Amino acid sequence: MTMEPVRISLTVNGNRAHAEVEPRRTLADFLREELRLTGTHLGCEHGVCGACTVLVDGDAVRSCLMFAVQADGADVTTVEALGTPDRLASLQKAFVEAGGLQCGFCTPGILMTALAMGHDPDRATDSEIRDAIAANLCRCTGYSSVVRAIRTALGQDSGV
Amino acid sequence: MKAAPFEYAVPSSIDEALALVADGGEEARFLAGGQSLVPLMAFRLAEPTMLVDLNRIPALREVVIEEGGALVGAMVTQAAAGGAEEIHPLVRQALPLIGHQQIRNRGTIGGSLAHADPAAELPAVAVALGAEMIVKGSSGSRRVVAADFFVTHFATAMGPDEVLEGVWFPNRQPQDGSAILEVGRRPGDFALAGVAARLRLGDGDTITDAAVVPFAVGDRPVASVPAREGLIGSSPGERLFREVAGEVAANVHPTSDVHATAEYRRHAVRVLAARALAQASRLSRGGP
Repeated sequence: MTMEPVRISLTVNGNRAHAEVEPRRTLADFLREELRLTGTHLGCEHGVCGACTVLVDGDAVRSCLMFAVQADGADVTTVEALGTPDRLASLQKAFVEAGGLQCGFCTPGILMTALAMGHDPDRATDSEIRDAIAANLCRCTGYSSVVRAIRTALGQDSGV
Repeated sequence: MKAAPFEYAVPSSIDEALALVADGGEEARFLAGGQSLVPLMAFRLAEPTMLVDLNRIPALREVVIEEGGALVGAMVTQAAAGGAEEIHPLVRQALPLIGHQQIRNRGTIGGSLAHADPAAELPAVAVALGAEMIVKGSSGSRRVVAADFFVTHFATAMGPDEVLEGVWFPNRQPQDGSAILEVGRRPGDFALAGVAARLRLGDGDTITDAAVVPFAVGDRPVASVPAREGLIGSSPGERLFREVAGEVAANVHPTSDVHATAEYRRHAVRVLAARALAQASRLSRGGP
């Protein structure tokens, strides 16, 4: 029981991370500030926009609504796990080809939501995809190109 | 804003959790899924000085079949509950209406009930089913039936030194049907108006039990008395459901706000009640 920094250990994108954090440090801020993984974005910081979406133990969560101390022992995946500018994951290539991003601010969150959908081609109906991405607010694309990108990605055998 | 500083404790048992809150003073709060509490903390509408995290108490994650029903641990996530066929269908029908998958991956059955948001689905479901809340305090456990549990918006019958340990939902009986419907600006938004309904058909196609519970139109979900009286003893049918829906709507007193007017909410209740009864009736007869 403490207000002082708490030691946590977790796995982020396959790498072990150890840190001391204040209890009130959100997982989103921990990833961005302590780990310098700034791919995870802050939009609303109260759980409605989805820009902060990451995977915790395989599940898509809003990282602004978790405290880093709660992720002790967890396996976290952020957008940085997908690829690099020189070697994009096929999910990211699908977005580029479909025009599924413009300003790119919502994109990491949408990619994580898509990643959480898994590699099941049966889930690649437009209805399922729209339902899933309704959790992420995008002001640029109008969503059609995002749906196309995810439909393509889910339909591929290789997935991510 | 960032949350105000707080002390953090993560007990491994319910008794430890209760002791921590007792020692933590008035501003100690339990942290369940955090999908309602943490946004409040981000706005600094809630500034607990201590959070007692319930996420590492395995006993609270269990679903146990109990005589005539299922005892759902308070920390069972909404996502996990979706796959548990032991739990009454009306609970599982409500889950896709709750926010989005990301919220349901962390949000809990118990957390939603204890938070008692008048626009929430699970409190209305609990009232419709006659669920029982298992409340634990330092002096022991007690069971509170749903109709008595929700006191007003964001307030329940639990004391400051009590925790919701679990909720018992009764089993579906043959010839039971249920439905839950809501309207909102977008899927995943808070409901502007909603209705949870269940029917039981007896021999001769007569309704032997029923509950119609509007939500998001008052300070807490209350089963409609005239609906129950109008349904029991009658045969299911469109005209009956329209009449009953009218009674339900006439007896709610919603308020107007920036999201919807009182008139719209009352109209929505009337439409949703009739539809929910029709759906429940089809399911009770074994239909789709």
